[in-house]
Amino acid sequence: MIREFTFGEFWYLLLATRWTIVLAVVAFAGGGAVGLVIALMRVSSARPLQLVSMGYIKVFQGTPLLMQLYLTYFGANMFGLQVEPWSAAALAYTLYASAFLGEIWRGSIQAIPRGQWEGARAVALRYPQQLRFVILPQALRIATPPTAGFLVQLLKGTSLASIIGFVELTRAAQVVNNATFRPFTVYALVAAIYFSLCWPLSRLADRLERKLGRDRLAPATRKPQLAQVAIVQGQV
Amino acid sequence: MSIVEMLGLNKWFGSFHALADIDLTVAKGERIVICGPSGSGKSTLIRCINRLEVHETGRLIVEGVELTGDDRRDDEVRREVGMVFQHFNLFPHMTCLENCTLAPIRVRDVPRKEAEAAAMRYLERVKIPEQAHKFPSQLSGGQQQRVAIARALCMNPRLMLFDEPTSALDPEMIKEVLDVMVSLAEEGMTMLVVTHEMSFARQVANRIIFMDAGRIVEEAAPKEFFEHPRHERTKLFLSQILR
Repeated sequence: MIREFTFGEFWYLLLATRWTIVLAVVAFAGGGAVGLVIALMRVSSARPLQLVSMGYIKVFQGTPLLMQLYLTYFGANMFGLQVEPWSAAALAYTLYASAFLGEIWRGSIQAIPRGQWEGARAVALRYPQQLRFVILPQALRIATPPTAGFLVQLLKGTSLASIIGFVELTRAAQVVNNATFRPFTVYALVAAIYFSLCWPLSRLADRLERKLGRDRLAPATRKPQLAQVAIVQGQV
Repeated sequence: MSIVEMLGLNKWFGSFHALADIDLTVAKGERIVICGPSGSGKSTLIRCINRLEVHETGRLIVEGVELTGDDRRDDEVRREVGMVFQHFNLFPHMTCLENCTLAPIRVRDVPRKEAEAAAMRYLERVKIPEQAHKFPSQLSGGQQQRVAIARALCMNPRLMLFDEPTSALDPEMIKEVLDVMVSLAEEGMTMLVVTHEMSFARQVANRIIFMDAGRIVEEAAPKEFFEHPRHERTKLFLSQILR
């Protein structure tokens, strides 16, 4: 028997939206923590650390998220671990996000002119202090817009978790559609919910980009420092 | 006692011999100007002293500490050696005052209040205390370089390295930076200065070193250096630079 699409169904979708948000937040937090480690390994001077983080990034960027989901979910069960769809999804998205965030942040750190490292070293700051007080605060400004942009991708990407049976917004939509058989209504509504989550994030990304663009890192200091990169690299 | 001692120092960039058998001793209170054509190794030479470049063979002893590749020794030396760069390398996300207090607070564990008071004294000494709370990007090049000098002085260095400190400045700003350097010299600071400002060299240097192709070609007191250069290479360089 076909059910009507009522407020009850709508409410069910909204409740499922919580899990979409929770999954995105967990993936972002976990991915951020691991991603920072990956980025720092990548910019370190130790060759083995560089190679490991490079390989890590390549593997997770070069395989479909769907495969990563399947592999964590079925893979863990194959090894005799009883894994809930929730844990498998949280793990897969954390790994996925960490590779992308690691790469974004690596780029941001490497965009800081070499003269900044040298200035920090010349006043005798130790390596962790050079990062913490000089390099990372500047890299953060560069990284913020693309990071916010990735967060939007990540949030939309959580819809794939429906495949392994994790009941987030998309999975809930399938359930509702199977009962009501009103695909256009259901999926249009779901798209609208995703949009209402992503749009503010995109706006935030735009605003941060404009704000950080004109802030303290005004052209006056950037120019000589960028020129300096070329000079230092060409210098003997 | 000598502050810097270099014995048979060598460094290569790939196959390029950047420093070739450098022997150099710097005594306390000495003011040495290093000049030479570009690519002659003068920047590399002073950058070895605070380990921004790593020498490959030979010995380098700074303030009694031999630099061997041990990070702790690098840090030990850097605490006593201040450096001023061609492009200032101020931290753009910090005010001038914060630029000056960062290292004393984090490296020397000086309480913030004290570090700020000391920084203000140095900013006054380089004649820009009114810029303390501005960001570097709001300052002119000459002002930024003076902040950079103050930042280095805040660590109470025993030795100051200057790597072409006026080369990136507009002509009208060169004097304000040189004036600060002259007053520093007059107060007895040990200084190694890579520069093409020959009037500065004449005025403050005890010794002028001329480098070419990674070697120290000539080493003399300013009067001797300018009036009776011995090597052909030096004569050619001087004729080009002192038009």
